[in-house]
Amino acid sequence: MQATSRNFAANSRVGLANENLQQALDIMTQRGFPLRRREVVARLPEFEALRERGREIKDHTLAHLDFYLELYEENVVAAGGEVHWARTPEEACQVVLEICRAAGARTVTKGKSMIAEEIGLNDFLEKSGIAPIETDLGEYIIQLRHEPPSHLIAPAMHLVKEQVADTFRAAHRTLDPRRPLIEARELCDEARALLRPQFLAADVGITGANFLVAETGSSIIVTNEGNGDLTQTLPRVHIVLASLEKLVPTFEDAATLLRLLARSATGQEFSSYMTASTGPRRPGDLDGPEAYHVILLDNGRSQMLGGEFADMLRCIRCGACMNHCPVYAAVGGHAYGWVYPGPMGAVLTPSLIGIKEAASLPNASTLCGRCESVCPVKIPLPKMLRHWREREFAQKLAPRVWRNGLSLWAWVAQRPALYHALAGIVSRVLGWAGGPRGRFRSLPFAAGWTGVRDMPAPEGRSFHSLWAERAKTAGRG
Amino acid sequence: MVEGRARVALFVTCLVDLFRPTVGFAAVKLLEQAGCTVEVPRAQTCCGQPAYNSGDRADAKTIAVQVMDAFSGYDYVVAPSGSCAGMIRLHYPKMFVDDPTSRARAEELAARTWELVSFLVDVRKMGEVAAQWRRVATYHDACSGLRELGVRDQPRRLLASVEGLELRELLNPEVCCGFGGTFCVKYPEISDKMVSEKADDIAATGADAVLAGDLGCLLNIAGKLSRQGRQVEVRHVAEVLAGMTSAPPIGAPRS
Amino acid sequence: MNRSREVILAAVRRSLNRGPLGAEREAELRDQIAAHRRNLVPARATSLDHLAQVELFIAMAEAAQATVARVPALADVPETVTRYLASENLPAELVIAPDSSLDDIPWTTRPLLRIRRGRAGKADAVSLTPCFAAIAETGTLMLVSGAHTPTTLNFLPDTHIILVHADQVVATYEDGWDRLREAIHWNATGASELPRTVNFITGPSRTGDIEQRIVLGAHGPRRLHILVVEDRRAGDHGENGG
Repeated sequence: MQATSRNFAANSRVGLANENLQQALDIMTQRGFPLRRREVVARLPEFEALRERGREIKDHTLAHLDFYLELYEENVVAAGGEVHWARTPEEACQVVLEICRAAGARTVTKGKSMIAEEIGLNDFLEKSGIAPIETDLGEYIIQLRHEPPSHLIAPAMHLVKEQVADTFRAAHRTLDPRRPLIEARELCDEARALLRPQFLAADVGITGANFLVAETGSSIIVTNEGNGDLTQTLPRVHIVLASLEKLVPTFEDAATLLRLLARSATGQEFSSYMTASTGPRRPGDLDGPEAYHVILLDNGRSQMLGGEFADMLRCIRCGACMNHCPVYAAVGGHAYGWVYPGPMGAVLTPSLIGIKEAASLPNASTLCGRCESVCPVKIPLPKMLRHWREREFAQKLAPRVWRNGLSLWAWVAQRPALYHALAGIVSRVLGWAGGPRGRFRSLPFAAGWTGVRDMPAPEGRSFHSLWAERAKTAGRG
Repeated sequence: MVEGRARVALFVTCLVDLFRPTVGFAAVKLLEQAGCTVEVPRAQTCCGQPAYNSGDRADAKTIAVQVMDAFSGYDYVVAPSGSCAGMIRLHYPKMFVDDPTSRARAEELAARTWELVSFLVDVRKMGEVAAQWRRVATYHDACSGLRELGVRDQPRRLLASVEGLELRELLNPEVCCGFGGTFCVKYPEISDKMVSEKADDIAATGADAVLAGDLGCLLNIAGKLSRQGRQVEVRHVAEVLAGMTSAPPIGAPRS
Repeated sequence: MNRSREVILAAVRRSLNRGPLGAEREAELRDQIAAHRRNLVPARATSLDHLAQVELFIAMAEAAQATVARVPALADVPETVTRYLASENLPAELVIAPDSSLDDIPWTTRPLLRIRRGRAGKADAVSLTPCFAAIAETGTLMLVSGAHTPTTLNFLPDTHIILVHADQVVATYEDGWDRLREAIHWNATGASELPRTVNFITGPSRTGDIEQRIVLGAHGPRRLHILVVEDRRAGDHGENGG
């Protein structure tokens, strides 16, 4: 997809002015994911220790990634599947197309896959004459609306139910106009009825993967709807799209990460469905795909290993960072302008599409640290946001007026005598000017501040000048 | 309370110096009550966060070295701010990964640097204060203090001993108020949304005062409450603990 | 794409600042895998005896919106199923896994119940399957695919009835994998002996995609009904049943 991360500030103003989005965000933050996560975490005393183990498992795997990738491939092949390696989104799309063409496919169903979003698969398949059908409810809704996802695990979380009803009425030609579409239940039933025949008719099913198990060559998907399972069970061909960092050594390791995933994501004890798939249908099996393909996408990840952003490769895409991010809660996911929103997106996006395009994202944070405190694999997100800011500073990507102001301030801060003299003057002048009312309603040099809130006036003297006076008096007395 | 005097250097913080010296004097009073001798090194300016958080490593390092020089030799360094104390405790050592000498100095300084209220409770074992304040107040957990330094129960413990004070919790005390240093002027609309929610949360408690341990947040919150015309008294927690509440609240007219 | 494979592996090694691991380290890692060492396992279920694990399994499954009925023996299954179908206003018609573990259910005692054995088709409203194990810690059922246990039974029908023998209840996910390894003689080259799919099922299908409101029956079954058959106790299977 075309990135608009460059326009984060403008995008965020659009988000702040969008009443439906604001209502949807309030629902999420006030009675949705964060609340449910808190409740479920409170029921598992080992949760904090599991986070530490989750971090270790991922770090170990990444430190030996070449070994686990090769072992995984070996086991996929032993189970009768095929592995395709793709360096770029273009290569990955091309492999999907070749598999679809070889299978004579006209329609494909898709389970939710962020990698498919990352490589722009739907547009590519449509241009190649193959109709991709999203089957995750949220993903289906935004496909009808031609929108990108706004959240990692709840792609349509920016919408309210009235918008979903309008979308279905516009898109579903067989829908009786008198049929009520008011409650979530009715909307869900409408989508279920419409998608069921598509599941049964599809030639190829494409899913993502939450984990790839090296020991057995299995792909694991986690869903609540069951769409991923219908997608990978019913068609003749199953394609798994996954990036390199999804590897884990064993099912024991996967079990630890799975204990973290659902609790961090939706606040469930466990998602409804966790499915491990290993190869195509066996002789004698009554169902299941005849062919099983895995596409392993790099797209910059091999470069991230061992560097400042390597920790980001631990991410298990639970969405907890954005669920708890006050900036995400204010502007929504589309403001971030590409596939991955929220704090994890602000760190990952510059790695994948370049810091020039994504320069705003690492700055759009108060570094409040709530994301890191809920991350199931303890990714130090604020630290990495700062790393990006350092690169931006080195490349002079911030506006000149900002950089000059910062340099001037830093120059003064390194000269204590001058600094104290200036602080004394500024506090006296502002204290005198603002004193009677105790605040300023506008200040010409701080319009960014006073545009939205008052500026409290200083008390009128700097601490250091008062302290010096006190010391003098004490010395005399 | 711990016996024996300790020599404490007060890290005033640039915002307290400029905006609210009362907080500095409140800190001095509390530290003295806790049996410390307080000094204020003259060679201090700022902890360097504006540079550090803007990606300007070079200036941040220079300022950090200046702080290490100014504060060497004291038993403790105490700041009435979780954000500045967190900067020195957690971030200074990280800045000097390839410079073992400075790194060792940074770690040495980090080990004796504390946020004011956690220092009083965790180091000086202060369990109560002799202060009086007839208010219903609520408390905002400033982000750095809470998540970098674990400051949460300490201020509540001491506030519980203030005579006449009733503490009413916010619904979301741990959510950022939208200050974030330069963030609040770089993204004013987003910051506004965040501080508006904080103001709503404060108003919903029905409290007549709001306290916090970081002046940046307090200026932001006071500015929003005053812009909305809400009559809520805003103060740094140290002022209340020290019984120094005669100065007008933050952002209020001088009587 | 062979070239891509080599380029990617080389890039990974370059970033990790080393060449291939070498035979010795690789052997170590393979040994670690083969040891199936458990990570931290929560005490919630492991601290309980088997009877209490069965109770925990039932409580957790119900918390995940599954419904549970306890039956003394297989002979009681037809009557319990008939009553369940009637109470939910469902047709007296079932598609059943063609698995020998279900052969002993005396369906003839309920002649009005129409039974078909095989995979699920689009017209099937209710399925009944066995499970491989039941995991107490989250009320999760572990099902494996095979010639007699087709996966479509777990997802296509609106209502899925799963039969669990009490001695199939284990404490944790790791216990489930251990049992599977025992059952299929998993070994170092055993990947291909693994069933094509292993399904962990916890409650019925659901979605929260519209305004975070949980709606059951998104694409998979709206109802998940569990029959816990109490004829076989732990001790009949393994030393502690878990």
